[in-house]
Amino acid sequence: MPEWVMAIIKILIVLAFIGLNGMFLIWAERKVAGFIQARIGPARVGRPQGFFQLFADAIKMFSKEDVRPAAADKWVWWFAPVVFFTPVAMAFLVLPFGPNVIGLDMNIGLIYLAAVASFALLGVFMAGWGSNNKYSLLGAMRAGAQMISYEIPLILATIGVIMITGTLSTQGIVEYQVAHGWNIKTQFLAFVVFFIAMLAELNRTPFDLVIAESELTSGFFTEYSGIRWGMFMFAEYTNIFVMSALAVTLFFGGWASPFGLVGSVLIFLIKTYAIVFLIIWIRWSVPRVRIDQLMTLGWKFLLPLSLFNIVFTGLILLI
Amino acid sequence: MTDGLYILIFLLGGMAFPIGSILVARLLSPSYPEPSKVSTYESGEVPFGEARVQFHLGYYAYALVFLIFDIEAIFLYPWAVIYKDLGLFGFVEMLIFILILVVGLVYALKKRVLEWM
Repeated sequence: MPEWVMAIIKILIVLAFIGLNGMFLIWAERKVAGFIQARIGPARVGRPQGFFQLFADAIKMFSKEDVRPAAADKWVWWFAPVVFFTPVAMAFLVLPFGPNVIGLDMNIGLIYLAAVASFALLGVFMAGWGSNNKYSLLGAMRAGAQMISYEIPLILATIGVIMITGTLSTQGIVEYQVAHGWNIKTQFLAFVVFFIAMLAELNRTPFDLVIAESELTSGFFTEYSGIRWGMFMFAEYTNIFVMSALAVTLFFGGWASPFGLVGSVLIFLIKTYAIVFLIIWIRWSVPRVRIDQLMTLGWKFLLPLSLFNIVFTGLILLI
Repeated sequence: MTDGLYILIFLLGGMAFPIGSILVARLLSPSYPEPSKVSTYESGEVPFGEARVQFHLGYYAYALVFLIFDIEAIFLYPWAVIYKDLGLFGFVEMLIFILILVVGLVYALKKRVLEWM
């Protein structure tokens, strides 16, 4: 089979997965929120635990009116959801789901992921500027502040893992961990920095200043409705999956199973959804920080910690 | 070559999904625009003025420091990949490089640049 047919089949599988995973996570978030706040959550649609709520949500997104604000900048506003969604789908190319289940095992996998992930900010800014709405613009400006505080610790936290494994290929990192044990044992500090920076990257509480329902009424996507709003939600929730999968790949052995059993896609998914659950749990447990507190945390604590981790890892590897 | 082909197809596929969804939704959803519906949302108040006014950004100095550290990260990637082969030489070299940047960070802290203004 020619390469391009394989690539098209893979992107179709990825898009189907994004659709199902996005709907599932929106339902799961509401269900977990209900559980934490001692209520039931969605329970009416579908017998087991309101499971068909996710299909009802999808149908609703497609059939709701798509209102275009008159003051908006038409083309910038139109393409913002597309620019926000595309990098998330592209990130799936290098996620190692199983021993042979991967889009493409690139030797620059991690640089590719970092490059693609930082592209999403452009979509946020297009939405904020194009909407011509005060809340949206403030949300987009906050997104910029958040990005410059958290991208550096996020990238530097992965450097320690790269030093140990000696490769940028995601599959190579997992294979190293199959042979030598999980990276979390030697890179715990890096994982803590990575996880905090990851929450900021995903705009999740306690760092959801960009969305901030109670002060900015959804921030940069205030003016979006119907399916466009749905696209933003899909991209956000898929991004949670992507970053959790990256954390599992870097620190928790990817598809490798803990007791030396055969690794598989199932084990990878279980680990990833465990981290997704942790992120949802944090959202419904802690309050939001202020923007200057967030930047102080990023620049005065996480950045020095991640630099220290690099030097420390270097020393350990020398000895 | 294979890399480029895959990235291109994933780029096109990733764009096709939202564009396709928006076009399909256009067929399925109603559309009755009216002046009050398409006006800018300001929590139910009558909107006033433009959103694009000038205001103080507050993180301009951060952005300059960010640029420096972002470039540092790019230099660290190739170094980290071959770190085990470099040995002591590589460690000392990168220690000097990181120390220079840490001195810059401490200078920025002392000058109170990294404070929200």
